[in-house]
Amino acid sequence: MDAIQQNLLEQVAGLHEIPAGAYNIRANGQMAARNTTANIDIITKEDKSGIDIRIRPGTKSESVHIPVVLSQSGLKESVYNDFFVGEDADVTIIAGCGIHNGGSAASEHSGIHRFFVDKNAKVRYVEKHYGAGDGNGERIMNPTTEIHLADGASLEMETVQIKGIDSTKRVTKAEIGEKASLVIHEKIMTHGRQYAETDFTVDVNGDDSSVNLISRSVAKEQSRQLFKSKIVGNGKCQGHSECDAIIMDGASVSAIPELTANNIDANLIHEAAIGKIAGEQLMKLMTLGLTEKEAEEQIVNGFLK
Amino acid sequence: MVINMLELKGICFSAEDESREVEILNDINLTIDDRFVAVTGPNGSGKSTLAKIIAGILTPTAGQIFLDGVDITDKSITERANMGISFAFQQPVRFKGITVRELLSIASGREASVTEICDMLSEVGLCARDYVNREVNASLSGGELKRIEIAMIMARGTKVSIFDEPEAGIDLWSFQNLIRVFEKMYEEINGSILIISHQERILNIADKIILMADGQIKKVGSKEEVMPELLGCGQPCKTLADKL
Repeated sequence: MDAIQQNLLEQVAGLHEIPAGAYNIRANGQMAARNTTANIDIITKEDKSGIDIRIRPGTKSESVHIPVVLSQSGLKESVYNDFFVGEDADVTIIAGCGIHNGGSAASEHSGIHRFFVDKNAKVRYVEKHYGAGDGNGERIMNPTTEIHLADGASLEMETVQIKGIDSTKRVTKAEIGEKASLVIHEKIMTHGRQYAETDFTVDVNGDDSSVNLISRSVAKEQSRQLFKSKIVGNGKCQGHSECDAIIMDGASVSAIPELTANNIDANLIHEAAIGKIAGEQLMKLMTLGLTEKEAEEQIVNGFLK
Repeated sequence: MVINMLELKGICFSAEDESREVEILNDINLTIDDRFVAVTGPNGSGKSTLAKIIAGILTPTAGQIFLDGVDITDKSITERANMGISFAFQQPVRFKGITVRELLSIASGREASVTEICDMLSEVGLCARDYVNREVNASLSGGELKRIEIAMIMARGTKVSIFDEPEAGIDLWSFQNLIRVFEKMYEEINGSILIISHQERILNIADKIILMADGQIKKVGSKEEVMPELLGCGQPCKTLADKL
């Protein structure tokens, strides 16, 4: 792996060296490294590009890293990764994609991740997207996440896209069983002429189940963002979604929330707020000695932390 | 001890209200070279406007401001902050995602250690353990925010510290504790404190009281000199007086 790929790996997975536990590193469309453990198996798919990650029932405190890096300009790929998490397992899955495009052709990665989380299993899923490179070729990422939570299962997803992705369409679909819970934290920052679209669809089917979608974003310069969320409460459940966006310069942000309750005990809430940085926040930090620009950076960094 | 001098010359301020010019401050002349100066007067007398003009948040329509003899009238908020002016807002600002520790670090101009944060917070009666990593967001009460706001000003330790109604928006019990903070600050500070307040206990500590009414300074002097004026100021109308 070369220095550019190493840097991408560090950005998306925080990896300086080979990670502990199970991992599969994909670089420029090829498998670069893989490790399995007694409890976590990784198998290459035969019918299409991608892997199956099988986690045995009862696996505790183990992690799986599956970063992807692209440094070859013009490469376009779709990767299908399926995660099968066994009953009562408790694991952390770290995915992420970094694109370095130094050429003029568009580079594109579409990761389709499906999670089948069995009864009472717990998953923490972290996903980071990052782009770099000074070529004028676009860096495009279209992640699709599909989540199936069996009774009593829980999944907490953190998804972050802070820099360098020109165009992204992120689709997340989930179905939630009885006493199961899903939490998603999304953080997005766009600048230049970037476009980011987020589309959540969650069916909350089981009784005593819950979903909480929290999206924070900052749109700078001429960038555009679209946030769509659809929560359908079919059982006695709690559903909450929140879209909080800071808009700057000539950017544009839309939030389109949708809630459907098909059960009298479904309790669904949506909150959306879009606005510029409050003048009084800037002023406060300026009275502490920061310049207006420094104050703006502090506020944005804090907001997306 | 070096006393720093803040001087206002002929400060006027007017704002537009439904296309009508409203005069808020009219020819304010003031020299502040005492350790603890209280500004008091009825609501709407222009006290907060005056504080904001000193901090650079509002620009006066006429007049000049000097700090230690240097004309700062055209200086920005940031420049004044770096020259030694601090300003505690009447309504402290909330920040999603910024922690108490980060805010106090910005205020003190460097990355503050947990021990230092502990010192700063204990000055205002807060235990660092509960607050260091708390976000300065809507989860904090008005009283907590107020104390953190005051801790920031103390952490800066600048030549001039302005407090705009520190008692506003907090309950009486919290205020009793807060008053001790100001009593202690009086003993320790190496600069001037300018505090806008209606509270008699704050006025009691002051070396000098400035009484404002209708955008003008009515009286400057000791508590004994100013208090009788204060009671005569902003006389209620007959209907209200009858009910009092």
